[in-house]
Amino acid sequence: MSLIVRGVHIDDTFAEAFGMRATALIITADTAGWARQAALTMTGFATSVIGCGCEAGIDCELTGKQTPDGRPGVRVLLFAVSTAELQKQLQARVAQCVLTSPGSACYAGLEGEETLRLGNALRYFGDGWQISKRFGAKHFWRIPVMDGEFVCEATTGLTKKAVGGGNLLLIGRTTPATRTAAEAAVAAIAKVPDVIAPFPGGVVRSGSKVGSKYKGVPASTNDAFCPTLRGAVDSSLEPGVTCVLEIVVDGLTSEAVGAAMRAGIAAVIKLGPKRGATRICAGNYGGKLGPHHYHLRELLP
Amino acid sequence: MKPLTFTLRERPDQRLDLSALVPHALAGKTPREIEQIDLQTTRQRFKVADAFRLRMGDVGQIRIQGACDRLDYIGREMKNGEILVEGDIGVQAGRLMAGGRLTVLGNAGPWAASGMKAGVFEIRGTAGDRLGSPLAGEIAGMRGGVVVVRGSVGERAGDRMRRGTIVVEGEAGPYAGSRMIAGTLIVRRKAGPLPGFLLKRGTIVLGDGCSALLPTFADCGQYDLVAMRWLAEMIEPYSKAAAVLLRRPLTRFAGDMAVLGKGEIFVRNRN
Repeated sequence: MSLIVRGVHIDDTFAEAFGMRATALIITADTAGWARQAALTMTGFATSVIGCGCEAGIDCELTGKQTPDGRPGVRVLLFAVSTAELQKQLQARVAQCVLTSPGSACYAGLEGEETLRLGNALRYFGDGWQISKRFGAKHFWRIPVMDGEFVCEATTGLTKKAVGGGNLLLIGRTTPATRTAAEAAVAAIAKVPDVIAPFPGGVVRSGSKVGSKYKGVPASTNDAFCPTLRGAVDSSLEPGVTCVLEIVVDGLTSEAVGAAMRAGIAAVIKLGPKRGATRICAGNYGGKLGPHHYHLRELLP
Repeated sequence: MKPLTFTLRERPDQRLDLSALVPHALAGKTPREIEQIDLQTTRQRFKVADAFRLRMGDVGQIRIQGACDRLDYIGREMKNGEILVEGDIGVQAGRLMAGGRLTVLGNAGPWAASGMKAGVFEIRGTAGDRLGSPLAGEIAGMRGGVVVVRGSVGERAGDRMRRGTIVVEGEAGPYAGSRMIAGTLIVRRKAGPLPGFLLKRGTIVLGDGCSALLPTFADCGQYDLVAMRWLAEMIEPYSKAAAVLLRRPLTRFAGDMAVLGKGEIFVRNRN
């Protein structure tokens, strides 16, 4: 069963997503370019919790008026399956990718009832020369480095209400058209606050299913959506389809994920089937694994 | 709702202890109960009714009108609410203050904000010696909160300060920030001799330098540090002048090397 909206088929199905732990950071630098560079480095190799430990990406860019030190910055979101793993990933990534970046500073990007250690964990790099600064409820560490000081907030907030794995499967007749649809959807999702699309450019072409014929492999290719296997497996693709691209969305709240998926669907429908995707589907596990269900028909523009 | 107002009848014959006139202590009291509160510091009994005309109002907003320098301990151990004082005040105003906002439109005596823990204390005039400092025998002075003095302050401002921020928009007397353990002291104008005497940790910022700097401070060079920009953003709601100072390049002196030496004095560059 599917609906047709402006020529684009919308499957009557839902995306199934999971609860996650998440945090946010604000990274600033002397220029927007260096702030972005630190954020990109920090969020590299963070596409999927399956192999990277966390999923991370840039939420938005900030002007000097929106950051704690008046310099241009970037807000970064990190998602993991447990608080311990999130703490580990946060600490390692900020230490190796933000502390090392010229002119950078790092601040909490989220207020939560629970906190994760940020500067409180990194301050030891100062080897005794680190300086603690408090102003009201704010607590920062100044760590001497070779270009001056690395300023880092002591803690950042943690949310246990985050959602990971919201998704859209964009199905098209040609690869360029499907890619164009995916790019339009990612651009629309980027405007939604509190969400990231963690895969390269926001798009994943290697959608997976749970399990494998091989022992010890937790996930394997989603053969039902591989066009080249259409004649060989129980395919979910109709004749004429040559490309499927997936967009995965993580959000600090379930509402944010829903809003992002809605924006993505609207962008794909606006593009139409001739220039973009002919069909929109979503991945799920029959509704038995993830508590968050996003029905495509409820997200139509 | 109108503020609860105390109007001083006349300059009292003795010094008065106004520490009982704080919002959390007056909450739930009737006008009669408030008027019976003792304020004397000698054997001669002196009640609120003897010293002030009382106009009831919101106990969360206390206004003291016609104040003079014989009114001591105003806002002592204050936890919340607001106190506005029209006129000068005596010693130890805001001592051990733990929250709320205390504003003095005139001058404050010595030991203002002594041992302050939290809240905001603004003095529109000048402050006496030992602003934010401990009393004799105490280990630490100010432990938190923000103090802003629009005028100048006496000697040893921020002595043994443990945490918190003091902003002096005028000048500071000798030994500003002496024996500081941590925290931040900003003096927009010139400081007297030997600021940061026996400074262990903490930050002192001097807008117009000082008349004599200790030889136990080491010149670390001129910087435009991110931490100062952050501090400028935080301090701007309290003092625009201090924020302007913090956004300028500053020369950092590390010290006091006679003790721990992990403190710092920043001085604005004149060139």
